Amino acid sequence: MAKISVDGIEYEVNPANNLLQECLSQGLDLPYFCWHPCMGSVGACRQCAVKQYRNAEDKTGTVVMACMTPASDGSIISINDKQATDFRSHVIESLMISHPHDCPVCEEGGECHLQDMTQMSGHNYRRYDFKKVTHRNQDLGPFINHEMNRCIACYRCVRFYDDYAGGTDLAALGSHHHVYFGRHEEGTLENEFSGNLVEVCPTGVFTDKTFSAHYTRKWDLQTAPSICSGCGAGCNTTPGERYGTLRRIVNRYHHDLNGYFLCDRGRFGYDANNSRDRVGEALYRHAHTDGEPRKALSAIEGARQLDAMASGELIGIGSPRASLESNMALRQRVGPQNFFSGMGDAQLSCATEVISLLQEPGLNCPDIRSLELSDCVLVVNEDITNTSARMALALRQATRNAASAMAQDARIPLWQDAAVRELAQHSRSPLIILSPQGTRLDDVASDTFLGTVEQQIVFVQSVAHAIDANCPAPNCAPENGAQVTSVANALCAAKRPSIVSGLSAESLALIKATANLARALREYRHRHGAANPSVDLCFAMPEVNTMGLALLMKEGGGSLSSALSILRTGKADAAIVLENDLYRRASAEAVDAALASKTPLIVIDHLHNAFNAKAHLLLPAATMAEQGGTWVNYEARAQHSYQVFQPEGSTRAAYEWLVPNNPVRGPSVHGDALLQELAGESRSFAPLLELLSSRSGIAALMKSPRQSHRFSGRTAMHANVHVHETKQAQDPHSPLSFSMEGLLLQKDASLMSAAWAPAWNSNQAISKFQEEINGELKQGNKGVHLLARDGERGSYNKVEHAPEQGLAKYFIEHLFGSEEISAASPAIQARAVPAYACIGKGLAQSLGVHQHGLLRLCADRYSVELPVLIRDRIADQCVGIYCGGEVNRASLCGSVSIEAVAKDANVLASARAMFSHLVISDTLPREG
Amino acid sequence: MTISTIIASSAPRVQARTLSPQETHEIDHELTLYPDRRAVGLEALKIVQKHQGWVSDESLLAVAQYLGMSAHELDGVATFFNLIFRQPVGRNVMLFCDSVSCYIMGCERIKDHISARLGIDYGETTADGQYTLLPVPCLGDCDRAPVMLMAGEQHRNLTKEKIDALLTSVQQEQPNK
Amino acid sequence: MTDLPLTKNIDMSRAPFDIGQYRQAQGYDAVLRMFKDMAPSDVLAMVKDSGLKGRGGAGFPTGLKWSFVPSQEDSPKTKYLVVNADEMEPGTFKDRLLLEGDPHLLLEGMLIAAYTIQANTAYIFLRGEYLQAEKLLRAAIAQAHEQGLLGKNIQGSGFDLEIILHTSAGRYICGEETALLNALEGKRANPRAKPPFPQVSGLWGKPTIVNNVETLCNLPGILRYGVDWYKGLGKGGDAGTKLCGVSGRVNNPGCWELALGTPIRELLENKAGGMCAGYELRGFLPGGGSTDFLLPEHLDLTLDYDVIGKAGSRLATGTMIVLDDRTCPVGMVGNLMRFFSHESCGWCTPCRDGLPWVDEIFRRLESGGGRAEDLQILTEHLEYLGPGRTFCALAPGAMAPLGSALRHFREDFDAHIHSGACPWRK
Ligand SMILES: Cc1cc2nc3c(=O)[nH]c(=O)nc-3n(C[C@H](O)[C@H](O)[C@H](O)COP(=O)(O)O)c2cc1C
Ligand code: SF4
Ligand code: FES
Repeated sequence: MAKISVDGIEYEVNPANNLLQECLSQGLDLPYFCWHPCMGSVGACRQCAVKQYRNAEDKTGTVVMACMTPASDGSIISINDKQATDFRSHVIESLMISHPHDCPVCEEGGECHLQDMTQMSGHNYRRYDFKKVTHRNQDLGPFINHEMNRCIACYRCVRFYDDYAGGTDLAALGSHHHVYFGRHEEGTLENEFSGNLVEVCPTGVFTDKTFSAHYTRKWDLQTAPSICSGCGAGCNTTPGERYGTLRRIVNRYHHDLNGYFLCDRGRFGYDANNSRDRVGEALYRHAHTDGEPRKALSAIEGARQLDAMASGELIGIGSPRASLESNMALRQRVGPQNFFSGMGDAQLSCATEVISLLQEPGLNCPDIRSLELSDCVLVVNEDITNTSARMALALRQATRNAASAMAQDARIPLWQDAAVRELAQHSRSPLIILSPQGTRLDDVASDTFLGTVEQQIVFVQSVAHAIDANCPAPNCAPENGAQVTSVANALCAAKRPSIVSGLSAESLALIKATANLARALREYRHRHGAANPSVDLCFAMPEVNTMGLALLMKEGGGSLSSALSILRTGKADAAIVLENDLYRRASAEAVDAALASKTPLIVIDHLHNAFNAKAHLLLPAATMAEQGGTWVNYEARAQHSYQVFQPEGSTRAAYEWLVPNNPVRGPSVHGDALLQELAGESRSFAPLLELLSSRSGIAALMKSPRQSHRFSGRTAMHANVHVHETKQAQDPHSPLSFSMEGLLLQKDASLMSAAWAPAWNSNQAISKFQEEINGELKQGNKGVHLLARDGERGSYNKVEHAPEQGLAKYFIEHLFGSEEISAASPAIQARAVPAYACIGKGLAQSLGVHQHGLLRLCADRYSVELPVLIRDRIADQCVGIYCGGEVNRASLCGSVSIEAVAKDANVLASARAMFSHLVISDTLPREG
Repeated sequence: MTISTIIASSAPRVQARTLSPQETHEIDHELTLYPDRRAVGLEALKIVQKHQGWVSDESLLAVAQYLGMSAHELDGVATFFNLIFRQPVGRNVMLFCDSVSCYIMGCERIKDHISARLGIDYGETTADGQYTLLPVPCLGDCDRAPVMLMAGEQHRNLTKEKIDALLTSVQQEQPNK
Repeated sequence: MTDLPLTKNIDMSRAPFDIGQYRQAQGYDAVLRMFKDMAPSDVLAMVKDSGLKGRGGAGFPTGLKWSFVPSQEDSPKTKYLVVNADEMEPGTFKDRLLLEGDPHLLLEGMLIAAYTIQANTAYIFLRGEYLQAEKLLRAAIAQAHEQGLLGKNIQGSGFDLEIILHTSAGRYICGEETALLNALEGKRANPRAKPPFPQVSGLWGKPTIVNNVETLCNLPGILRYGVDWYKGLGKGGDAGTKLCGVSGRVNNPGCWELALGTPIRELLENKAGGMCAGYELRGFLPGGGSTDFLLPEHLDLTLDYDVIGKAGSRLATGTMIVLDDRTCPVGMVGNLMRFFSHESCGWCTPCRDGLPWVDEIFRRLESGGGRAEDLQILTEHLEYLGPGRTFCALAPGAMAPLGSALRHFREDFDAHIHSGACPWRK
């Protein structure tokens, strides 16, 4: 700690930081543009100038840039000094000389950092009366608008997009007063994190194109703290609603998880809420009238119909994309013994294995921020950029730890962003990627191993054995012993090694082998007296509540295949399927066979799909934004999301439908009771009580508004329907109100949805809610960890795996398209590709198939023709399959053979077109 | 390591052209001189410009691919420098010094004379593609101002008469088609 | 011994010395002796003692700069020497004389500098428009290679040096040493933050020394004739000689080597032959486009870093630009402002967005539309773009002629405003 004096007041600060960051940490207002908490300082904008004095005698002082000056002990500075304030007002004045001043039509207006800083720096009257420099804008694809004329050249966009997120298609072009930030030619921004430009850009150059389509001012959005439903990472979001439609999603700061950034699936996938494919009302047909159209029911009729059908021997099938509350309600409704996993069997057994690893002492499941701190990362099989993208962004940062270490040696402060990069050049901390194909992290990888899942298992076992001879060696030795040794050495040399994998291969053997490796490393570190011998090990989860459902299944319940066989044999009187498309979980054959029994089928879901088309009763379920719920992420962290708005019509949270005899008739149903019961029932879920109590405290005092204090049109918004002012919807169970009234949280982030502080209308107001910049939120609600490390110490698993029959294969995931709900958003669809197969050159040659030709994949009782992508970076003799929404993955799980299909010119042309916007990474990173 | 993601982006408008053997030969030589491939970006663009007259999008892509860097980054470099031409220029590029010593020595009148004779202003090319007139910062020949650099030759102590003579001699050497 | 160590071999009416002729004139002797008798630390001490100051503009003591290069056992092995031959400052044409007049002198200087800091690779960053210099340097480097003065184990000394010629593509900011390093690395030539200084983390993050052409050309003389001789060359407070140029309406514009401490009048009147007939001296920029105007009353000052500094300007590159009474000072300064505005790299706000405003105001003044408030805005920019306010020294450099012109030629500015036209264009 160091002491500095700012305008005569002493503060305790961290001398490792710069003055700007420390002033902001102290809650002082000091304007800035180019600096960013995650990207450090470059001193370009000059907006953060302060006066610095050499000592108490020095009365003249010098103007310095706060962001470029260390907060060293004894520093004496002044923010209010006349020379400094004059300089800052000049800076803002000249930043604005070519700015179009188009705030009234600018989508950033009202949440614009430039507006805030203009006010703060005291620029009121325009003196520059010459012609402004103007630019032509580019079409940057379905996500991002471009309005270069608003640019103030702070360089943040390229620093985020290229330096931080590893993008390669956005650049600073031109020079002097004509610098231009864009692509070298018009086209879609390809990086998976492009959406963050919307928040990183301090003005309206990069705005959210999906938001434009139904734009609303920030202050007119009704918002609540929510969770991203894109994957199992648990990123925190703020969805915004107006007039019953969800308008956008922005990042909500979470210290341990997403920090300041979201991936594009999370940001742009929300439009599924507004989809025409939403199940809008209860639909019913009698079980014996299959083929006839279903009849619409009112909500009450729907509920009664559910009660009527749900009697006798009931079974329930849960869902990894439904909340804990909804899964719990279903479980209660059908009884634990009749509750079945909504995940496929293989996925469930993997997730169950992960749960036991989450309890094993000496292994540590890193949160996303901790992943950034790792100095050596091994990724096993998971294409993390396409399955849990936010984690991939963290791994990219982790590779910079070598740079940080070098900078520390050279006494260059870490916030000196450009200097640290310059010093380190291409030095990176090891990132080792085992994968069947090239991945988007290969550009920062130190080592890659292309191998089938089987080969990776052998490789991982060999590394484990090399690290600890007690760990059983694989049955067969890998071909590349040298690589095994170097990977083992890198892991052993690390201070904080991390191993990252996931469920996409649905391979229990892979998980067990990976766990063995972590254990071997733990033993090694133990033996070598590491200060902290535990090893970071985590597994990305495919869906927002995969972990929650898996935990629930541990308390009892059956597998999906047993549920299907009960149905097939007609042993159940009715089945309730919760938020699930079973065609995505089991083979089409098995699902169809189960449905053939004509057991009355009740499905509660929010989007129409091929499976619920067969439901006899289909009930409309609320989406993430339309309900409050609890979700468990990959670390077993339970977090609560709040209802952003009340859906129209009959749509209800699934658990509301499920609570017997009490649906839709009043507010007496609420999720907390379900959680309480769950917490009481099982030790794993006991921490939920803490989550609950953290909320009830606030609710008891005064509610916090979901609407901003500038929310407009409230009395007129329904005037087209009737002229009476509508009563605000009530929300007795939540600490939030559906109105402007309530206690605006000014510094306390316990219920923060949209950060706002006086003079800070942009998202950068978040710093007022942090203990320190980029630190914990004040009273922030981080969720609770459900699992304690009190399991068995875990000895080496026996890894059993039978070599694959037939051709080796793997399944490809795409950020845009693989996840079911986001895939229904038009913007995501614009980036998605249909199903395809992927092979290497050798295989293509022996099959006689050309790029973009057609392949037929034949499984036992399933075959499909897919356009083929021939890639450079793919394991030998195997096929990758991207299922999209159309190919039934489970049907291809057994052995598969492939053959070339005679090509049809039309198919070829359309395949070429479809591949033209596929973003892959296919060349080996080149040294120097 | 450099980022060398091959991205099949939303149907790029232009395709990389093939670099000529001479171009790759010269670029390869430059590559031996620097420890990092991207360092050669500017040199490579100059090589291409020497052979092609300017740097088209097709050339830019070709160079980027050859060096394993993104076209966007390379264009950032190309557009930063004054003497990389991202648009076609005439066969003779007149780099006309308009800086302070030449200003004092009356370069504006010379420039007006050129403009009048050729019918082009700064940044323009004659209709026959013969000349492009560009202003250039101080050419470091201030004791012989006004000066101009054209076709690798420095022309010093310019007068209207010298300009006339120069234009005539170019006309004779490179008659217009 | 000579009192013109920089130009003794130069005669622009003939081709420069090739390596044979250069060696005949005792060229490279100093280097050979250095390899034999001197440790790098000896050379460093000598250069420090000589009092040599950088000739690139800032006048920083060269030996001191070199001494910041880490030379401990565990410091990085790779180090670089970079020659700043970007000469693009308006009115500056002194390095060109050395490059075209005696390329081997530069190579010899580079050998000395590289040996001192133990750099095995050196880059010459040459501005792209210096085509003749490029040709000559390439030839000279090849000759030096042939004679074993470059390459591996030079003259059995165990020291290796490769010299690589890099040609730029026209951008004044590349002369700023950290922007130059970015340009060499193939990046956009924005300057870098300092600290860390290039001596610690420079080219590709390695310790790097950037020196001006003329600075390095001083080294062979110092090594050959010694510190005392070198100090003796200067007539005033500064050691050695300096290339000094004069451009503008003088009878004999050109560039000469003069002892530091020579009166300016001698340069202007004896060397440059005085003002052309019909032209009176109104003022001059003593060291290139980014120095403050001095007035006729300053002619008797000596060419000395400190002396000129005390008079409110800088010796900088030593190339003086003469303003005569028939040239509009507003037009002249406006010309400079346009240059600086266009050559701003676009990185920091005051320079990127301040200079275009200044430039626009000058255009308006010249076209007769100027207003009194315009001068107020110009004046504000002096501080706004002043030293320490911008990311690098380009913008403060631009403010030097502007500020001094507003001080010395205020009546000319006012005349533009009052008469609604440029009095010189009537
Ligand atoms: C905008 C700007 C342009 C510069 N241009 C040159 C140049 O063309 N040549 C040069 O030697 N120094 C130039 N300098 C000075 C260099 O930054 C640096 O100080 C010099 O190369 C150091 O060499 P020296 O110590 O030998 O003088 C320039 C500085 C600035 C701020
Ligand atoms: S002062 Fe700023 S914008 Fe100007 S050249 Fe230097 S860094 Fe670039
Ligand atoms: S925030 Fe300090 S210079 Fe931009």
